[in-house]
Amino acid sequence: MSDEQVTKKFLYVNRKAPYGTIYALESLEVVLIGAAFEQDVSLAFIGDGVYQLTKGQDTKGIGVKNFSPTYRALGEYDIQKIYVEKESLEARGLTLDDLQHLVYEDEDDDWAEKDAIKLVSAKELGEIMEQQDVVLSF
Amino acid sequence: MSMLHTVNKSPFNSDGLSSCLQCALAGSSVLLIEDGVYAARRGTQYEALVQEALKDKKIYALQPDLEARGVKSNLIDGIELVDYAGFVDLTTDHDSVQAWL
Amino acid sequence: MPLEVNGKTYETDEEGYLANLSDWSEDVAKALAESEGLEMTENHWEVVNFLREYYQEYQIAPAVRVLTKAIGKKLGKDKGNSKYLYELFPYGPAKQACKVAGLPKPTGCV
Repeated sequence: MSDEQVTKKFLYVNRKAPYGTIYALESLEVVLIGAAFEQDVSLAFIGDGVYQLTKGQDTKGIGVKNFSPTYRALGEYDIQKIYVEKESLEARGLTLDDLQHLVYEDEDDDWAEKDAIKLVSAKELGEIMEQQDVVLSF
Repeated sequence: MSMLHTVNKSPFNSDGLSSCLQCALAGSSVLLIEDGVYAARRGTQYEALVQEALKDKKIYALQPDLEARGVKSNLIDGIELVDYAGFVDLTTDHDSVQAWL
Repeated sequence: MPLEVNGKTYETDEEGYLANLSDWSEDVAKALAESEGLEMTENHWEVVNFLREYYQEYQIAPAVRVLTKAIGKKLGKDKGNSKYLYELFPYGPAKQACKVAGLPKPTGCV
């Protein structure tokens, strides 16, 4: 590998509810694999995608692996920007309190624990999308 | 006589629920399963539609699907929860079943 | 190929990873370690137990980079580096330690 590391901005856009389809889990796995390449990764949750982050998921009754705890590992994979679209939350009668508390440790601030989730409007999210090198939608 | 309708898609992602509720006759039953259970929650854009349907229809939601998705609380009053055995009972208690896929 | 320990047979995948997380025990771990040519020491157990706890909490086996960082935080800087971890698990800490811990092969580990 050359010494010149090219860091690109990656945004993963999550638009589907978990469990009903395979998209949410597939996206999460791609994010974790991609994180090994030390790129500038952020995640967005929009539409039914916001349901991926709900607290208290318990899949014992449906016999499917509960992958919601894995979102809490994203901070350890240096993923510090998790955008949740405000309008999508509101349309579903949800607030930030209904979602898991996701954090990361800020290397530049003596490893202080900080909130990873940022509530943004659809317009703001549109701007964030335009700033990316690569946008992957699931 | 009466029909059981099942809806398995999120109301935000499919018109399954709204089409179902337009067609379903008074006295029939609607069972929300899989991603369909999101419609059982209070405060969504679709609450009014569900409330309206509750006036003359029974609405059920599959509890294991609510639990899996972390949305088992804050449900619309009048929606009854069933487990898998209850799902089976509903299908046998009705004359026919239509799945709104 | 199935793994035999104390007269009991355990299902594994084609690469020798335990098929069922719940089949794991210390004896099974020792047999898995043997299949990798590893002699388990206190230091090996420390990493293996760490991985099992990590899996319990997050439902994934961490990537090597994440594992190294997390070990450093939990067990100290002298252990949170790849030299130390590769000395314990010469064919790759994530790959080998996960196998001994009874976890699936780490996501993204090719």
